[in-house]
Amino acid sequence: MINIIWAAMFIVGVVFAAFHGTMDEVNKAVFNSAKEGVAICFGLISILVFWLGIMKIAEKSGLLNLLSHVFKPVLKRLFPEVPPDHPAMGYILSNVVANMFGLGNAATPMGLKAMEQLKKLNNNKPEASRSMITLLALNTSGMTLIPTTVIAIRMKYGSEAPTEIVGTTLAATICASIAAVIIDRLFYYRRKRKGKK
Amino acid sequence: MAIITALSVWLIPILIGIVILHGTIKKVPTYETFVEGGKEGFNIAVSIIPFIVGMLVSIGVFRASGALDYFLNMLKPILAAIGVPPQVVPLALIRPISGNGALGMMSDLIAQYGPDSFIGRLASTIQGSTDTTFYIITVYFGAVGIKKIGDALKVGLLVDFVGISAAIIIVTYVFG
Repeated sequence: MINIIWAAMFIVGVVFAAFHGTMDEVNKAVFNSAKEGVAICFGLISILVFWLGIMKIAEKSGLLNLLSHVFKPVLKRLFPEVPPDHPAMGYILSNVVANMFGLGNAATPMGLKAMEQLKKLNNNKPEASRSMITLLALNTSGMTLIPTTVIAIRMKYGSEAPTEIVGTTLAATICASIAAVIIDRLFYYRRKRKGKK
Repeated sequence: MAIITALSVWLIPILIGIVILHGTIKKVPTYETFVEGGKEGFNIAVSIIPFIVGMLVSIGVFRASGALDYFLNMLKPILAAIGVPPQVVPLALIRPISGNGALGMMSDLIAQYGPDSFIGRLASTIQGSTDTTFYIITVYFGAVGIKKIGDALKVGLLVDFVGISAAIIIVTYVFG
């Protein structure tokens, strides 16, 4: 799936450029995008190193387990295939909480650790397990209590009420999160019906 | 607003403080553990470079060639017919594909129509209503080496669709 989309965007782009005289832009885009990609990853280094360091302390001290213990009932329902006391639960919870508080910087490292643990649970197979897809769906719904970047941009353009969109955004993102849980379940049942897990 | 700003400033340092304090009380070798975890972080950051570069180049080529705009223009009348304001159609369509692209478009719309206009409010809400599915799949699955993504992309895009639709309906209802 991802292979086809990836190749299609590239091939369609190049063919389109050949007929519309935008080959120069395409040529630039190749190198600029590659540079941007590396820049993003380098930008992530500081955040990943710092947050995963802190999280390691939280994991060893038992704080992470304590946290997941409190929210166990909800997590157990969302991730029935993960044993309740597995370290993955703590990371999943940290990821969701960090997202909610708009700490995107902290959310990514915790999400990655959660994925790593989920892969271990799935016998290190290179395929997405049910729990991985659920975690991904929750993350793509982008549940945030306070959309800080958007507020900052609104302020920059002189909005009289930069935070007036907090309510509408919250309502929309809650809809997306509920949809994430439901759609994820529906696809899971569909897979089960088809007989592959 | 002052409370929200103060909260987000205080939240992180206090959170870190609690973690380190709890670790010290539980007799965890905090500094050594921090370094150990940090090493993993570095390895993850480096290991996702090829995934991010590959995805960004493909999206970049698609956008720069003009093909993306062409498809967006084709979809515009269809989406406009079901009540989507035509100005936000490109933003709604690019939101799941490119986070930076969407942020740029949102800023454009706000600059053009004003942050307190209907379009400005709608663009702001769309931006915050959902996250960049392509980026999340690339980073999360790339970092742990997932090759078969299963239903992940379909689920992610459907969630985006619901989030953006909800944004349009809610903003129209509240501010329209």
